[in-house]
Parts: sequence; C-alpha cells; structure tokens
Amino acid sequence: MKFGVIVFPGSNCDHDAFHAASQNFGQRAEYIWHDSGSLGDVDAVILPGGFAYGDYLRCGAIAKFSKVMGAVRQFAREGGLVLGVCNGFQILVEAGLLPGALIRNRGLKFICREVGLRVETQSPFTSAARIGQVLRMPIAHGEGCYFGDRRTLDELEAEDRVAFRYVDNPNGSLRDIAGILSKERNVMGMMPHPERACDPLMGSSDGLVVFQSMLEAAVRA
Amino acid sequence: MSTVAITPELIAQHQLTTEEYGKIVEILGREPNYTELGIFSVMWSEHCSYKSSRVHLKKLPTRGKLVVQGPGENAGIIDIGGGYVIAFKIESHNHPSFIEPFQGAATGVGGILRDIFTMGARPIAVMDSLRFGRLDDAETGARNRRILAGVVAGIAHYGNCFGVPTVGGECIFESCYDGNPLVNVFALGVCRKEDVFYAKASGAGNPVIYVGARTGRDGIHGASMASAEFTEESKQKRPNVQVGDPFMEKLLLEACIEAMHTGAIVGIQDMGAAGLTCSTCEMGSRGGVGIEIELDRVPQRATGMTAYEIMLSESQERMLLVAQKGREEEVYAVFRKWGLEAAEIGVVTGDGKLRVKQHGETVAEIPNRELADEAPIYNRPYTRPMRGAIETPEMPPVDIQAALPALLGAADICSKRWIWEQYDYQVRTNTLAGPERTDAAILRIKETGASVAMALDGNERYCYLDPREGAKLAVAECCRNLATVGAVPVAATNCLNFGNPERPEIMAQLVEAIEGMSDACRFFDTPITGGNVSLYNETLGEGIYPTPVLGIVGLMKTAAPVTIPFKNAGRSVVLLGGAGGSNDLDFGGTEYAKTIVKQL
Repeated sequence: MKFGVIVFPGSNCDHDAFHAASQNFGQRAEYIWHDSGSLGDVDAVILPGGFAYGDYLRCGAIAKFSKVMGAVRQFAREGGLVLGVCNGFQILVEAGLLPGALIRNRGLKFICREVGLRVETQSPFTSAARIGQVLRMPIAHGEGCYFGDRRTLDELEAEDRVAFRYVDNPNGSLRDIAGILSKERNVMGMMPHPERACDPLMGSSDGLVVFQSMLEAAVRA
Repeated sequence: MSTVAITPELIAQHQLTTEEYGKIVEILGREPNYTELGIFSVMWSEHCSYKSSRVHLKKLPTRGKLVVQGPGENAGIIDIGGGYVIAFKIESHNHPSFIEPFQGAATGVGGILRDIFTMGARPIAVMDSLRFGRLDDAETGARNRRILAGVVAGIAHYGNCFGVPTVGGECIFESCYDGNPLVNVFALGVCRKEDVFYAKASGAGNPVIYVGARTGRDGIHGASMASAEFTEESKQKRPNVQVGDPFMEKLLLEACIEAMHTGAIVGIQDMGAAGLTCSTCEMGSRGGVGIEIELDRVPQRATGMTAYEIMLSESQERMLLVAQKGREEEVYAVFRKWGLEAAEIGVVTGDGKLRVKQHGETVAEIPNRELADEAPIYNRPYTRPMRGAIETPEMPPVDIQAALPALLGAADICSKRWIWEQYDYQVRTNTLAGPERTDAAILRIKETGASVAMALDGNERYCYLDPREGAKLAVAECCRNLATVGAVPVAATNCLNFGNPERPEIMAQLVEAIEGMSDACRFFDTPITGGNVSLYNETLGEGIYPTPVLGIVGLMKTAAPVTIPFKNAGRSVVLLGGAGGSNDLDFGGTEYAKTIVKQL
C-alpha cells in the first residue's frame, strides 16, 4: 500500500506521518507538494498536522484554496481514503469535506497531552479496533474544540459518523467529539495524532490501529 | 545622512565612550558619518562584542575530542558518531521579554533556531530557562503574572508553529527578577557531519544574497538596548522589540537546508542582533574578505528608510548568504519553490572592507575585521562579590509535617505542567522523555539509532551567596540530571546573566562564576562550545542575582527511558551521596531556607 503525505509549506508533522507509515507501519509513502495537481498512484492520502500557510487567519482557511486540495477533493469523490490529522482535520473542515468547525480550545491555551480516545464505530479508519476500545494518543493543538450546530451534531450521530470521542474531554469539543467521518465514510478528520503513537518507545503504539484499518480497507477495495 | 553632525551628545546616545569614539576615528582615519556611527555602536555594544566578558571567557575550556566547532560560530558542534553531528547553543532575550513579553520571548526562540539551522542543522529540540518576579507580590505580582503568561505563550506560539518540540527547562521566581525577568532559550539541531555550514564569506566576485522577510524599522538598536540598564523611559522603547513570524521561519528553515544541499552556497548567516550590519561584517571578517552592498536592492517593508535604519534594523526571519558566482539560479529556484523573496544585494570583494552604498553613493566604508573583531576589550575592575551577610541562619525547630507540603507547593518546586502543556513537546516524534518525566530530556536521533539527552540548570541563590561555588553546582546539577537518565555528559553551552559590569562587585560575580564554571567543566570534561552573555540586567539600579545558566548535552543508547515515579510498592529507596554535611550553612540557598526560614 502507498500513502501520500501532503506537504503544505507550514506542515510540520509531514515527516512524522511519513515515518509512521513507512518505518513503523512498513508500507510505502511519498510526499505530495501543495501545488501539485495530481496525487499520483497513492492508495490513501494523509493531510498532516502543522500550520499549513501560517494559519494566522482561521486554521486551514487558506489551505482549502491550494492546488492540491482540488486533487484531494477529486480523490475523495472517487472513494479514496483521506485522513486529516490535527491541522489536516481543520483543513478538511474548511474545505467542506467534513462538517462543523474547529475553534479555540475551551481553556484558550494550546494543549499537548496524551488522551484516551474511545472508538465509536466501525469504519475504514477504525475497523482494526473494537467499538468501545480506548486508545491512547497525544493531542497537540490550540484550536481543536469541535463545534457544530445541533442539526449537524445530531446528523453525525444518527449516521454513526463519530469515529472517536475523548474519554476526558480536554478542549471543550461538543459531545466529546475527537474524530468524524464523511457521509461516505472514506474521509476522516481527527485532532489526536495517530502518527505519534506508532512506536512503543514514544509511549504508545495505539495509532497503528488507524494505519492497519486503512490497509485492510485498501486491500478490500 | 552624512549631514547629521556628530556631536558628543550623539556619541553618548549611541553608548560609545570618548575613548571608543577615538578608536573609531583612528580606524577610519577620519570622523565617521551618522550611518557609520550607528554601525560601530551596535557592533561594539556589549551584546555583540562581549567587551566586558571576553578576557574572562577565554578561561573556559573549549576543546575536546568530540568538539567539531567551539565558540565563535553561530552554534557549537559536537560529533555524535555514525557520521552525524549536533549543533546547539543558548541565547538570552531578557530585555525584549520585559518590554513586550509575548513577542520578546517568541523572537528569542526564533533567533536561536536560526543560529542552529544557519549551521546546516535541523532543529530537533528547544528548552527554556525562565526567571520571573514573585507572582504573589502585592505591588509587582500582577505585572509579573502578565509577563509570565506572555512569555510562555510567546514561546509556545513560535516553537509550536515552527515545528520544534520544547522538551524541558526550568522556571524560578525571585524578587530580584521583579523588574528584570530572564528568558534564556536553548536549541539543538542535527545534521550529517559533511553538511555543516559556516558563516564565512569567500571568493571575490561571489554574489551576496538576502532572503526572507523584508526589512522594516522594527528592532532598530535592539543590541544596544540589550546592553543598557532599564529606566523609566524603557517603556518608550517598545518599537525596539521585533515581531516574530514563525511560519516565515519555517519556510526559511526548509528553503535554506534545501538550498545548502545544492552545493551552490559558500557561506550563510542569519540576521539576528544588529541585523544586516552584523551578518555582513562578521561573514567578511571570518573569511578575510570585503563585502559591498547596495541598500536600494534590500527588500524593504517601509518606504523612505535611511541607510542608518536599514543597516540597524533587527527585523526577524532574514538570512544573508554568499553563493558561487554562476550558480545563483540554483539557489533562487529553491527560494522560489518555498515562496520566499531573495535578492542579490551585493558582492564579495578583495579589499576587506564593508562598503555600503545607497542610490549608488557610498554611505559607509569600514574595515570588516576592525569592526567585527577589534571592539575595545575591557578588563574591568572587580572587587569581591557582593553578597548577603552569611551568618549561620537561625534554624527554627523543624516541623516536617508542615514543611513538606509547603515545600511541595512552593512556586519553584511545584509541577510546571500548566506551562509545558502549552508547548508541543513531541512533534518530530523523537522525544523519548519530555518535561517532568525524567530529570533530563531525551531525544532519539532516528538517523543513527543513538540518543541525545539534555539538561538546563542554574541556581541564582547559590550563585549570590557564592558565585564560584554556585556556578560549579550548576554544572554538577546538569551532569547529575544527565546521569539519572544514563547519559554521558559531553559538552556544554552557557548563558551568563548578570548586572552592570561597570560596578566592580558585579564584575566580581561574573569573574568568579566563569572561573568556577571553568573548573567544573574541566572536571566533568564538558567543554563550553558557545553561549551568550547578558549584562546590564538591572532596573533602576537594582541588579539581579548572578544567574549563570548551563545547558549540557549527553550521549546515550536509544532505549525506553527510566522515569522518575516510584513504580510499585515494596521497592527499596536508596539515597546516593549521603545526607550532605551537617553544617547549618549548607542550608544556605536551599528551597527550605527560602520557603520555610524566609532567608537566603
């Protein structure tokens, strides 16, 4: 399987996602530059964490206009797997590939901390875990409070599109939401960092669950 | 600008003495013009020239079998084996952080990161040593809390966006910092041994290229500001503090490292303190060449800037490099890819002079070596360290039940989680042990399979009571912290924060601390590979305690770290090194003396 890692100029978890996919998970990976109009022959795309274009405006507000996002939209429309982590989640929301918004943490401060995440559903990103299983992964964000109007949240829940919830909500996210799926379930955004939890030396390898699930989904496809 | 008359008042405003001015006239063989006066004043400021400390810094051990580069470059370099090296250094940003805490601290991080990647090394860790005034003081507490919050947010803002983990540090509160907080930032980077770059210009005819943010009027005279005491008027110096743009810095990092790999770059230096002035004359001086620049070609953010302003601006996120003639396009292609503005602003010459032109006319012409390396050096008089009366403190009866919770709750001792959780301490997935998990941070080097541990320590109260022993203790504390994680200490960097060196009793503190540090670094075989001196840390005549801060790095195998917490019941607890002496004086400088006995 081949993962494509999108590189915006201000991405700073791109190397980590690449390392996790290739070294920790043992699959192929390649970088895709932000002004590329094509994703090549990748089987899945990762939008990594960071500050895509500085994010001095709303996080991801500029990234959604980048050339590569056209290709990502097309890829998602065709059923390709798209994973947005942290800034990648913010970009997917800004780009309209996922509903809702990510706003300042309730405490108004950046938080870097390991958190417990409860797996809420079966999906191409979670199938390697049991529903109800608690995974340990770090968060590192200042604007990770998931927000949506009641209709959006009700719809997400009715369609079983909440992928992860925080066990102990760190940032004020509504209904403890940490990760969500698109309607077609092939696009997922999550604030916690699975790529930082792929090596026992780093304290947890629970993040491999996400990569393993994606591999299984890609093989099925 | 040559029409501005050089008066004794103007010379004094530039913090140059009559003797120093005389030396300038001697070097030039004529009176300097206004621009030249400004250029000399920043290069000969305490901050850039180390004129009060240089004589004594020579006493520090700087050589060792792993030292690839000692003091004198942008950062020290140590060989870590496997074909890789680490570059590391510590810098202070004390004065700007007092005037504007958020931007002062943020640009402090930005400055030291550029020092690291200027050497070709990608930054992989940052640590901060912070000192603030008392948070609960009736008079200054509110301001001290505002400074603390601003500094922490500034460090988080810059480091998190840039993508370097902030993995440790220290934070101490003391009344002597009420009017003069300390913000010392340590950074460490890694690269292949053959990829190290130096800030040296060479090859007459090679183009001098400017890249990064445009030059504005911000930060003019920052280096001079950092070389003077604070007064009531300091608040008016707010425009002297620069504004940081970590995204621009990230672009510069990636672009510079990529451009270095083209092989078309000869030398490179960041524009930090004293901006364009410092980078041109230092690169020229190191290479024994001249540099000629035309200011009209310098990208500018404000209109109508004078030569004086452009040369002295400390706008952030700018780099100066010398490329091989004929291969400029390879360098420009990389900068274009990263969306950065690059401009050829001049050329390397063979005459050893810094020649600055504006609108085609020469506005400054100064020999590089004299400007960069021949600043006056002072062997300032020193007496004995000023210290509090050390009489045997009255030790009241010990109530351990009450003392222990009080100690654990003391601001210096209690968990600083609320600070370090605001820092991304994991990005780049190398942090095997971050804040408060161990006594030293541990970063793995993915490329070699080995790990680097690092500790940052200082104890101002020990140093106030005895600067020589206090400095030794800081070295020893770092080495102990490294030992607890299983690392062998190999090299050090220091940040010397002191008061006004023109006062003999303060100068004595500096001399004694350097000598103590020298002895301890020789003992532990941890040569000093670079660092920073921050003097004039005084507000309204009140100096800080002498605060030498040590950053020491150690090498170790990559393995799961042995962490602090007691793991399970039933284990033996062993105290190594005994309970210390029985002399009451040994309590001097302890947290017990401060918190419980309310003494030094």
